[in-house]
Amino acid sequence: MTEQLVISTGETVLFWVLAPLAVLGALSLLFARRVVHIAVSIAGVMVALAILYIALEAPFLGIAQIVVYTGAVMMLFLFVIMLVGVDSVESLAETLTGQRWIAVVGGVGLVALMIAVVTRAAFAEPVGLATVNVDSNPVGVAHLIFGDYIFPFELTAALLITAALGALVLSHRRRLGRKLGQKETVEAKLAAFASGAGATSVVSAPGPGVYARTNSADMPAIDAQGKTLDASITTVLRVRGQVHGQADATAQTTRAARIASGAPVIEADREEQLGTSAPAEVSSPEQASPAVDGPEATPPDERPGEPSKTGEGDEQ
Amino acid sequence: MSLINYLVLSGILFSIGAVAVLVRRNALVAFMGVELMLNAANLTLVTFARMHGDLHGQVLAFFVMVVAAAEVVIGLAIIVSIFRTRGSASLDDVNLLKN
Repeated sequence: MTEQLVISTGETVLFWVLAPLAVLGALSLLFARRVVHIAVSIAGVMVALAILYIALEAPFLGIAQIVVYTGAVMMLFLFVIMLVGVDSVESLAETLTGQRWIAVVGGVGLVALMIAVVTRAAFAEPVGLATVNVDSNPVGVAHLIFGDYIFPFELTAALLITAALGALVLSHRRRLGRKLGQKETVEAKLAAFASGAGATSVVSAPGPGVYARTNSADMPAIDAQGKTLDASITTVLRVRGQVHGQADATAQTTRAARIASGAPVIEADREEQLGTSAPAEVSSPEQASPAVDGPEATPPDERPGEPSKTGEGDEQ
Repeated sequence: MSLINYLVLSGILFSIGAVAVLVRRNALVAFMGVELMLNAANLTLVTFARMHGDLHGQVLAFFVMVVAAAEVVIGLAIIVSIFRTRGSASLDDVNLLKN
């Protein structure tokens, strides 16, 4: 080879911009907490490497890098992260004592060793790919792949098909038991009702409570005895422990009863603000109407004033 | 600047990936470390291809890419199936063969 490779200033600038970015993105692998952040910054590293490939006179590999790594591999990673749980916390407990420090020291040693070897080795003068890439780089690579490397290339086809099949088999879940259709579900419900399972096995569960001030889904409904109905709240809220207790539901109905009876009512937050300044008989409605308080106070909803109001509403 | 800089960058990326595999306990993060190591090796191959004026290095990098894609598919499927059965993506929790 007669010609020598001359690295342009533009490529130098490109390298010194992209290399620190790539190293920074890669360092997130060690220091970032959230897995999503790591995946996105590794995708950025892949893009930086793709640009470097193009700078290294390998445009085919650069484009393939973007398509395969940024487009497919890292997005597959993101899918799996969403599947496995975005906010899965990593345990920081060491199972092998001192393993972390040994790993860090080993990594630093590896960097030092590789840099020492690479910088001290006597390489031949760089040639560059200008002569080889005469017919453009993809053509040159294609001549090699479909010439010298045609057999390994065909083998990769078998590899990819095997990998796709393997992924299907690994992620396949076998159905345990028969599939339950609409008919079977109805029959099972009716059979449960016939054996005395209660009415909620055939009719729909009660909806959440609707009160004077709230109809949110986390307030339980109250039955005729004044007890909260667990079935009126969705399972998710119950599992998370976000259900308002019986006290809240009772407070709502009690408040409605108090409004109906004409007793003075002050908002709960206003009540706290006024707590010091306001006179006791105004700021504490509990003392003003002790008879209305308590869970048993829900039936007195029907105060003398109430039916007349609803009656007027019906007439309109 | 010479082509050596690319090799140094590749060494740094490879070491970061290796330390991540050793240190991080999350299977997905460790797996991304493996991917980074493969990419660092690819960068070396492409750099040497340019240094020697020979496209064989690029072809080899291309095959590494293909094998890495297949490896990611299988590895992620294994991680998902382990997560389904054990309910965890931590490398420390996979210890059924212990004792």
